[in-house]
Amino acid sequence: MTRHIVGRIGFYTLIAVLMAFFTVPLLWLAAAPFTSDPTYEVSLPDFTFTNFQAILEHPYALGSLYNSLLLAVGTAVLVVLLAALAAYALSRVRIPGRDALLYALLLLSSIITGTAAMVPLFQLAVELNLIDSQLGLILILTGGLLPAAIFMLKDFMDSTPKSYEESARVFGASPLQIVGHVVVPLVRPGLATIGVWAIANVWGNFLMPYLLLSDIEKQPGAVIMFTLYTEGGQANLPLLSTFGLLYSVPVVLMYLFVSKKYGFRFHGGIKR
Amino acid sequence: MARATSRPRARYSADAAGLGAPRAAAFIAPAMALIAVFLVFPALWVIYLGLTNYRLTGAAAAEPQFVGLDNFVKAVADGGFWNSAWLTVQFVLGSAVIGQVVLGFTIAWLLRDRQGPLKRVVEGLVILAWILPGAVVSFLWIALLDRDGGTLNALLGIPGFPWLLDHPMLSIIIFNTWRGTAFSMMLYGAALGNVPPSHLESARLAGASGWQQLRDVVFPHIRGHILTNLLLISLWTFNDFTPFLLTAGGPDHKSEVLAVHVYNVALRGGELGFGAAVSTIILLINLVVAVFYLRLLRRRS
Repeated sequence: MTRHIVGRIGFYTLIAVLMAFFTVPLLWLAAAPFTSDPTYEVSLPDFTFTNFQAILEHPYALGSLYNSLLLAVGTAVLVVLLAALAAYALSRVRIPGRDALLYALLLLSSIITGTAAMVPLFQLAVELNLIDSQLGLILILTGGLLPAAIFMLKDFMDSTPKSYEESARVFGASPLQIVGHVVVPLVRPGLATIGVWAIANVWGNFLMPYLLLSDIEKQPGAVIMFTLYTEGGQANLPLLSTFGLLYSVPVVLMYLFVSKKYGFRFHGGIKR
Repeated sequence: MARATSRPRARYSADAAGLGAPRAAAFIAPAMALIAVFLVFPALWVIYLGLTNYRLTGAAAAEPQFVGLDNFVKAVADGGFWNSAWLTVQFVLGSAVIGQVVLGFTIAWLLRDRQGPLKRVVEGLVILAWILPGAVVSFLWIALLDRDGGTLNALLGIPGFPWLLDHPMLSIIIFNTWRGTAFSMMLYGAALGNVPPSHLESARLAGASGWQQLRDVVFPHIRGHILTNLLLISLWTFNDFTPFLLTAGGPDHKSEVLAVHVYNVALRGGELGFGAAVSTIILLINLVVAVFYLRLLRRRS
C-alpha cells in the first residue's frame, strides 16, 4: 500500500517537473507580449496592447509576415500540385523501375539537407540570378519537399479504392476528367495534410531564405526575427516577443485544425 | 520519411483510369525536374565544389580552380574541423540519444494507460515546443538563458549562471532536447500500444518491479522502434542548423557544430570550396545512416 502511494507521489512529481520544463518557456512567450515592460522573468501580464501597436508601426514586421505567407502558400500550392500528379501516376501505372525510383526519393529526401546543400544552392542561385528572387526560393523549397510529399501521397493513394476510376472509365470519362472529378475528391484529406505540412515547413525554415534573400524587404518573418535579436544594442524585448507570438499563431492554428480534423498522424519525414 | 506503421503493400491495378504510359510520364516529369535541379544536382555538385578552391570573393569566385583533395587534407589537419566534429558528437549524443529518447520514452511511459485532460495537455505542450518556428523558440531560449535576468536562473536559484557564455554546448543540447522530444514521445506512445498488456500483467503478478517490467517485457518488444528512432533523430540532429540561431557557433567556436561550421566557414569566411568539402563529408555520413535506417525499417515491416 505504501509502495503504491510512494509510486503515485513519484509519478506526479516527475510529471510536474517535465511539465515545468515544457511549460515555462511557452508561458513566457504567451505572457510577454501583453506586458508593458517585460523582463526575462515570467510575470503576470497587465494586458496591454501597446506592443501590438509597435508591430504595426515597425517598418518590416508586417511586410515579413506577408513574405512568409507568400513563400509558404506558394511552395505549398506547388508541392501539392506536382506531388499529387506524380504520386497518382506512380500509384496507378506500372512504370518500369518505379520501386527503385521510390527508394531513391526516400533516400534523397533524408540525406540532402540544407546543411549538405547550402554551398551548391548558393552558387546555383548566383548563376541563375535567383538571389533575392522569391520565386527562385519557392522553387528551391519545393524541390526539397517534393520527395517526401510524393511518398506520403502515393501511400495515401495506394489505399484509396480504384473501382470508382474504373467505373468512370466504363462510362467514357477521359483520364483527365477522372483525375479531376473522381480522384481529387477522394484524396482531398491527403492533399490538405500535405499542404499544411508544406506550409509549416516553409514557415519555420530559416536557412534557405537567410542564404538566398539579402533584401530585407523580401525576407520572411523567421529571418527578420533573427535580425532583430542579433543586431547590436539592447534587444527590444516587447517587440520581439510580440512578433514571435504573432509568428507562432498560424502554426498553432494549423496544428489544431489538422489534429481536430484528421487526428494527428505523423510521418517520419515531417521536418527537414 | 518512413511510416511509423507498416501496411501490406497495395496491389497495383493496371492503370484504373486509363492514364497510359506517356501521360503517366508527363504527370511525373514536372516534379522530377524540380527534384533533379534543386535537390539531386546540388548533392552531386557539392562533391565537385569540394574539390575546388571556390571562394566568395577574389579570382577564385569567378574561376574556381580544381585542387583535388586539398580541402579534405586541410580539414583533417585543421583544428577547427575536429573541434566541430567533436562538438557534433556531443550534440547528437546529448540532445538526440540521451535527451530526446529518454525524455520522450519517459513521457510516453508515464502516460501509457491514461486518457483524458492530463495526457492531452502534456502531449499538447510537448508538441507545441516542436512545431513553433525555430527562430521564435531560439529567441525565447536566449531570453530564458540570460544570465542576469533569465527566467531559468531565477527559477533554479542560480543568479548569474553564464549559460550561453560559458556553457554554450550545454545550452544548445537542452534547447534541442526541449524542441525535439515530441517526435520520440509520439513514436514511443504508438510503440507502447503494441506491448501486450497480458505480458505486463503476468510480470506484475510475478512481483516484478517497474524497472524489471521495462527491462524484461517492454524493451524487448520495442527494441526495433528504439533503434530506428535513434537513427532518424540522430540524422536530424546531425543536420540541424537551428543551433546557429541560438549561439551562431560561438562564443569562440565553442558551440560550432558541423552544420554551423559549414555556414561560418563558407558564407561568413568566404571559403566556399572548403565548406563544400565539409558538406561532402556530412552527405556521406547521412548516406550511410539513411541506408542503414531504411534497411532496418524494411526488415521490421
